[in-house]
Amino acid sequence: MSKRIYLDHSSTTYILDEVYDEMIKYLKTFFGNPSSFHSFGREVRKTVEESRERVADVISAEPREIYFTGGGTEADNTAIKGIAYANQSKGNHIITSKIEHHAVLHTCEYLEKKGFRITYLPVDKYGTIDIDALRDTITDKTILISIMHVNNEVGTIQPIEEIGKIAREHNIYFHTDAIQSFGKLPIDVNKMNIDLLSASSHKIYGPKGSGALYIRKGVRIEPLIHGGHHEMNKRAGTENVPGIIGFGKASEIAKKDMENNAYKGIGELRDYLQKGITEKIADVFVNGHPEKRIPVILNVCFKYIEGESIILKLDGKGIAASSGSACTSGDLEPSHVLFAMGVDTALAQGTVRFSLGKKNTKEEMDEVLSVLPGLIENLREMSPFSAEFEFPREAGPRVKHKH
Amino acid sequence: MNYSEKVMEHFNNPRNMGEIPDADGVGLVGNPVCGDMMKIFIKVNKDTEVIEDIKFKTFGCGAAIASSSMVTELIKDKGMTIDDALKITNKNVIEELDGLPPVKKHCSVLAEEGLQSAIEDYKKKKQKNG
Repeated sequence: MSKRIYLDHSSTTYILDEVYDEMIKYLKTFFGNPSSFHSFGREVRKTVEESRERVADVISAEPREIYFTGGGTEADNTAIKGIAYANQSKGNHIITSKIEHHAVLHTCEYLEKKGFRITYLPVDKYGTIDIDALRDTITDKTILISIMHVNNEVGTIQPIEEIGKIAREHNIYFHTDAIQSFGKLPIDVNKMNIDLLSASSHKIYGPKGSGALYIRKGVRIEPLIHGGHHEMNKRAGTENVPGIIGFGKASEIAKKDMENNAYKGIGELRDYLQKGITEKIADVFVNGHPEKRIPVILNVCFKYIEGESIILKLDGKGIAASSGSACTSGDLEPSHVLFAMGVDTALAQGTVRFSLGKKNTKEEMDEVLSVLPGLIENLREMSPFSAEFEFPREAGPRVKHKH
Repeated sequence: MNYSEKVMEHFNNPRNMGEIPDADGVGLVGNPVCGDMMKIFIKVNKDTEVIEDIKFKTFGCGAAIASSSMVTELIKDKGMTIDDALKITNKNVIEELDGLPPVKKHCSVLAEEGLQSAIEDYKKKKQKNG
């Protein structure tokens, strides 16, 4: 097989050489526990705190407002459960959206069982939340608004500055899951009135199992994990030092990349791929907002065929992408995001997400564009559906998305 | 998730893919809303009731396409009668494919049902036509 092409960066990225070089020292040479008072501990503590500064810098936060976690999912859990349990005396209502990542949705569903009331805001056909609906659902019992910055499937950017303003006016905490946008889009937690923000290292060329939660100073949460006094009593457990160092380095590089406008070039590649696909292949539908969309994501529905089979065919050609199709998740339900956007359920089964990264090239896009039309045609020949034999309208059981 | 080599082989080189325009029986099972739908066409010898030709068209994942391919191969290679064909179960399909991941078992069930549905269609037409 010739060189493989990786177009699944929104699932995870490789680690940059500079990040690896920093981390490796903290796996071997500098092994001390940062909580220790001796020199072995102190030398590590110093670098952990530098990493905290680097992460804080990306979102214009103060270092002491950054709490390291074991990844983005833990950050989401800590933020939502932490605010919910700390504010039970004030109210029990939380507002989120129908298109959040499962790390947020399933946490909210858990809280529903514990007596909290959750509002799942609808989105329009582009996957943008309805700001008026947000205003209308706020009550005097609302304690938290949790809306993602960028959707992980379709890439639509939410109006978080507006949401932050509304939250602040009503004195409600605002959490944003920024796992897809941290280090890729400019974020200023002060300007945007963000009280809590989740970030992850392995989406920005850092190691897996490492993330952070920003908590505005003065905002109280109930910790998720109890134990020692680590992370200012908000996240017990000896620090994942190499993970934190790697995240810090990756954050520093991501900030420079943003300053150098690196994502403009990636966006141009994405648009080139999108143009090629829509021109070369019939019955293709691009999902997400046409403009307000992160430059790295291209989400496409190929009508009459199913997503996993497309992924398998692409994989056979050494091209890695992902599908939001039912078959992969095993629950027979296509993406809850596309469902909320009103995409026809049968059509949604044929979804592929291409997510680009820093090292992708135009040649790679050309390679995808040269093999993809043939693969799609091949699968369409196998499909009983076509323009002559259309998908049945609302045939069979309705999918049972909860929200 | 991993597919067996046999599943991948059938997915990449499906046997008996296509349509039989003057089929004696057609089965259509599944639902695109749920992610897979299978159409099975059979040509049956009226005297011997041997299935002489069988083809499929499938909308679905790798396992669904491989299961369709396998079930048609099982029939065609052996020159089965409709009675023998009705004895084929999803377990046979799974065994012949060297296994399917647990979440994909329903794809083999679809293949079994698709075949049965095509045979039922043949029987119905036969009864109607005397």
